[in-house]
Amino acid sequence: MKTICFYFQIHQPFRLKRYRFFDIGNDHYYYDDFSNESILQRVVEKSFLPANKLLLEMIEANKGKLKVSFSISGVALDQLEMHAPEVLDSFRKLAKTGCVEFLAETYAHSLCSLKNPDEFKAQVELHSKRIESLFGNKPSVFRNTELIYSDEIGQMVAEMGYKTIITEGAKHILGWKSPNFVYQSAVNSHVKLLLKNSKLSDDISFRFSNQSWSGYPLTADKFIDWVRIIPENEQLVNLFMNYETFGNLQVRETGIFDFLKALPKFAEQKGITFSTPSEVAAKMKPVEALPVPFPISWADEERDVSAWLGNTLQQEAFNKIYSQANRVRKTRDRRLMQDWLYLQSSDHFFYMSTKRSSDGALHQHFSPYESPFEAFTNYMNVVSDFCKRVDAQYPSSVGNEELHSLLTTIENQELTIQKLETEIKQLKSKPAKPKAAPKK
Amino acid sequence: MKALMFGWEFPPHILGGLGTASYGLTRGMSLQPDLDIIFVIPKPYGDEDQRFLKITGAGNTPIVWRDPSFETVQNRMGSIMDPQEYFELRKHLYADFNYMNVNDLGCIEFSGRYPDNLLEEINNYSICAGVIARRETYDVIHSHDWLTYPAGIHAKNVSGKPLVIHVHATDFDRSRGQVNPQVYSIEKNGMDHADHIICVSNLTRDTVISKYHQHPDKVTTVHNAVEPVSASIEAIKPIRCGDRVVTFLGRITMQKGPEYFVEAAAKVLAKTKNVRFVMAGSGDMMEAMIRLVAKRGISDRFHFPGFLKGDQVYEMLKSSDVYIMPSVSEPFGISPLEAMQVGVPTIISKQSGCAEILDNAIKTDYWDIDAMADAIYSIISYPVLYEFLQDQGKKEVDEIKWEYAGQKVRDIYNLVCGR
Repeated sequence: MKTICFYFQIHQPFRLKRYRFFDIGNDHYYYDDFSNESILQRVVEKSFLPANKLLLEMIEANKGKLKVSFSISGVALDQLEMHAPEVLDSFRKLAKTGCVEFLAETYAHSLCSLKNPDEFKAQVELHSKRIESLFGNKPSVFRNTELIYSDEIGQMVAEMGYKTIITEGAKHILGWKSPNFVYQSAVNSHVKLLLKNSKLSDDISFRFSNQSWSGYPLTADKFIDWVRIIPENEQLVNLFMNYETFGNLQVRETGIFDFLKALPKFAEQKGITFSTPSEVAAKMKPVEALPVPFPISWADEERDVSAWLGNTLQQEAFNKIYSQANRVRKTRDRRLMQDWLYLQSSDHFFYMSTKRSSDGALHQHFSPYESPFEAFTNYMNVVSDFCKRVDAQYPSSVGNEELHSLLTTIENQELTIQKLETEIKQLKSKPAKPKAAPKK
Repeated sequence: MKALMFGWEFPPHILGGLGTASYGLTRGMSLQPDLDIIFVIPKPYGDEDQRFLKITGAGNTPIVWRDPSFETVQNRMGSIMDPQEYFELRKHLYADFNYMNVNDLGCIEFSGRYPDNLLEEINNYSICAGVIARRETYDVIHSHDWLTYPAGIHAKNVSGKPLVIHVHATDFDRSRGQVNPQVYSIEKNGMDHADHIICVSNLTRDTVISKYHQHPDKVTTVHNAVEPVSASIEAIKPIRCGDRVVTFLGRITMQKGPEYFVEAAAKVLAKTKNVRFVMAGSGDMMEAMIRLVAKRGISDRFHFPGFLKGDQVYEMLKSSDVYIMPSVSEPFGISPLEAMQVGVPTIISKQSGCAEILDNAIKTDYWDIDAMADAIYSIISYPVLYEFLQDQGKKEVDEIKWEYAGQKVRDIYNLVCGR
């Protein structure tokens, strides 16, 4: 019995406003509120709200047979809270149906897994707590930003307690193997890997309305038939895509909503079920270990991290922001902490890509900048101001080591003071013991 | 295939982009094995590179019958052309021009530059063209820039061969919208008579279609290119002074937007130390710029070296950290390509033709002083951007070759000749 595992990504970054070098030191607010809000509203209106409504209807109509999963990045949650809280309400409704699973990721949709393990841990925990407080369940399945995965990352995630990870079925890793199985991590046999079926996922997400595609027009029964003819021993079809596929990347007029609505009926006819990632991990055994020595992702032709770190500009910007990691974590300034998260979003680096051809066109399509150089300059100016602010908190003349030991001392002293205070309280509250009569 | 080309400048006696482009294009086309080129200019000096084309001087073409001796002709023109050629041309006199101001050899004297009586020289040029057009045989006529359109039209009337005109610039670019009616009429006349029009950029092509009312099918864009860096230029050593240097190199005139450069410099200097600005060249706005610099209080870091020639240009470029061309309206602009060739990161205005083909240069609107200043600051403050633009810019420009442009022109020749 084949099963389809749906996973939808939801993310919108805090795009930066135009920030010139003479703003450095003067202007400490970095975000283009107008642009961010209007883009979010448009996506909410065209995609999130109608799609959520449809899914809710479908789940009820199919009496619990339809299952889907989501991952909403922390920065997207922040923006939805600010501008479109009704979307969060509709997600809560979906969560209540019991047919929807929420995954954990890095709060800022960032690349910190590639650079800073402590930051990675902190962000995933922050995200997981937020999801739990919003939707009730602590996430048990993990997916990294843009499905980036490597053996090393797998190990770090396992240490955080997650047993299932979602990632890309990259051709250069799989070779002749099929993504339609559960695999396990090559470094930790407890960790299960679910791999995206690229062809079928992208058929819906990218090619659905492309009239020059051989599969056009894609109807629900045609699609289910493609799933059906997959060899018998391949029981799993992972369809992972951006949630904006429904309504924004593929607009309503293409018929994408009707396509989605019709899928469960045809699936049931052919005996194909739906599952959440947790269910898949519980039911299916991994067939073998999948070694992934270098990071893979679902982006660009190469399916690696070159979309964000492929050229020297991106690498420099990446190193610059993470050079602040140790200091920022020690600060208590909430504004600074918020900026620290928002500046880590992978999108900032995505806009600096200098790739050509169809990949380049995709980068340019999403970019609010006219050229990668503009993206780089703008980001670096903002980061320069950010570094200045961090410096003001902890001047760079104080080395990291010294700073760390000073702060640890202060912390320890605080703990000692607390202990002593509790002791005093206890002593004060005890009734006075009669004094032993002095021996004569 | 034989082409009769009319031009106005040719290296080494060049005054601007026209000469560089003429040379580059004909050199690129000379790589085509079955193409012969006759290039007519008003005043050859004899030191032009004639390896791949034949140069004929309009000022060496008789338009009135005179009978000098072979030796006289040899003494006077021997260094420029074969004296027998003079006598050949003389066989094709076609009208009585005795009222014209000719010298003892029956030829008109040209300045070879852009004098005050330019319109008169253009007319004289077209008269000489009549003789040349009758003397030579060719398959196609190619007129470079508006000064030679009347000559091209005359040649077409004489021979019946197709005329291709090459628009290197229009008066709309030069005058920022306030066109000279006489120049406009010469330009339009040329375009109307042409069988095909070549423009150096899409920017220029749009102007030709909308302002000169030509049919889009008749107009094609063939972008200029750049000559590869010669060994002697490679050998030039840069001079470093410890500060970063931002350079503007071109005519200091309204079309090139010098005032925007000064304003951007003022913005950068307000926030940054260790940077110097250079405005190299001369022009009608030079004095005004010097005054503006003084007004902004940046004269200690803003320098005017004057007009640079030959090697000096490359010395200046190589010693710069940033090259900037904030042109208000530039039909193409070969100088940024020359800068990128020697590894200088470049900032160009979006209103220039070369912006259409360059990816590894920073582009800003010419009026956007904030963006320009930000770009300058970025290149000098973030070494990785400097290196990236230096590397990738050079790689990109090394691929912009005159032979590709030449092939496109050849395709147009084939089109108009019906091949």
